[in-house]
Amino acid sequence: MTAPDDEYSSEESDRESLGAIVGQELESLIPFRAKFRRGMAQLGGMFVLAGRALARGVQPPSSFGAIVYQVESLGARSVSIGTLTAAFAGLVIAIQFGFFLARFGVQHTVGKVVVLTLFRELAPVLTALTVGGRIGSGIAAELGSMKVTEQVDAVRALGADPIKRLVVPRVYACLVVMPMLTVLADVTGFLAGAWVTKFEYDISFAQFFTSALDTVDESDFLSGVGKSVVFGLIIAVVGCYKGLHVEGGTEGVGRATTQTVAVSSVAVLLADFFLTKLLLTIT
Amino acid sequence: MTAPAATPASSEALIRFEGLHKAFGPKVVFDDLSLEVRRGETLAVIGGSGAGKSVLLKCLIGLMDPDDGRIIFDGQDLTGFGEKEFLPIRRRVAMVFQASALFDSISVGENIEYPLRVHFPEMSDEERAHRVARVLSLVNLPGIEAMRPSDLSGGMRRRVGLARAIATEPHVILWDEPTTGLDPISTRIIDNLIKGMRAKLRCTSIVVTHDMQSAFSVSDRIAMLASHRIVQVGTVAEMRASTVKEVRAFLDARKGEARVD
Repeated sequence: MTAPDDEYSSEESDRESLGAIVGQELESLIPFRAKFRRGMAQLGGMFVLAGRALARGVQPPSSFGAIVYQVESLGARSVSIGTLTAAFAGLVIAIQFGFFLARFGVQHTVGKVVVLTLFRELAPVLTALTVGGRIGSGIAAELGSMKVTEQVDAVRALGADPIKRLVVPRVYACLVVMPMLTVLADVTGFLAGAWVTKFEYDISFAQFFTSALDTVDESDFLSGVGKSVVFGLIIAVVGCYKGLHVEGGTEGVGRATTQTVAVSSVAVLLADFFLTKLLLTIT
Repeated sequence: MTAPAATPASSEALIRFEGLHKAFGPKVVFDDLSLEVRRGETLAVIGGSGAGKSVLLKCLIGLMDPDDGRIIFDGQDLTGFGEKEFLPIRRRVAMVFQASALFDSISVGENIEYPLRVHFPEMSDEERAHRVARVLSLVNLPGIEAMRPSDLSGGMRRRVGLARAIATEPHVILWDEPTTGLDPISTRIIDNLIKGMRAKLRCTSIVVTHDMQSAFSVSDRIAMLASHRIVQVGTVAEMRASTVKEVRAFLDARKGEARVD
């Protein structure tokens, strides 16, 4: 008489386990939905912060002095890492493209490829990822520390606007610094590419320069610089938003710093895709 | 213990918290909290950690919004005030933060100039420098304008925080845990400053603290915040003799702590 019971038990147990699996799946969806909602709220908050910062930057009183200070602070300290990254990017793409172009006997055109790749894509994106990560995490750490030590509250309590005083200088500074560093990366990468091509493929500087300058026009240069302005805005806004929304003391500052690097890197790559599509359409 | 010698407090209420409600998610901080602060008095707000003492101060100057209830300051209802409307209030009500909240990236002098540049943009550099020197003298730290906040001790940072708060000559000073974490000598210096500010600036003070010695030493009246509301307000003598359970528990616990120390 145990068989039917067993059968029944087995059916029930299957049903229960199925229910448990579905329940677990549904439960796992709830945190996902909550995370998604939180992510959307943060994205909305970042857009609002960007809008406010850009608008308040042009309202009196002038933030010029504070912006200049931030340009110096954020930009000057990032020159070495930006230059180094661009130099090695230039070296590597020149070697790679030179190698493959040599198979077709057209290695003398390597300058064209190097300059186009650098100006349109690699210089702005690599600068945003390396230098931007450094700048964004620095902003998040600084503002986060100010938040946990009540300095942001103090700014408000003393009658000042935290967006005007803390966010505007950093956002506008990044809008200036990122294109400057990108131009520096263009030049450094180009020179590094020319140098390695001479020694690896015996192509003179004159040949490299002529090949490059015959191809490249101002739209190639400006599309890269234009992208870097958008990347600068993304990096500054993510850093400021994460810093001003730190919760949980010093542990929260660390979390905000790493989140800034992750979020701004992904946002830069996403923005790069859409900007590339847009710029290729309009140029 | 001597009562603070200064202008006598009037019975007129300068600040009124009426039926305040505040919660952070499921954590209720205030539930129908009401309190009056009289013009010219020094009121100590005591209560356990996490009771919401600092939140009360932050609601008054608009750093936090209550969920419900009203705050009346000098006859003006602050309900629904935005940042712009709070600007004149923040000029009249200054806050001395628990950890000083000095801006690390600028000097002591620039920290004190900060509210002057915001509230008195027309003030000349000379006037500003003179005001900075004067408030630093008031807190017994003359001539340290060029120092960085990181070069100061905890007690000195609190005093510079006070100098920055009083630079705009406020009518009300809010003290958030002014003596927490300080040695006994620094604590006494800060207590004397709280009493001195009242005498020199004729201002109203709200001192949030869980240091009973400080509360007894500096205040005219003491309010006990517990169970999400003010459970008793009274003079130092009335609070010492209180039979209210929460006050008694707090005072007796502090006595116990003192004996252990």
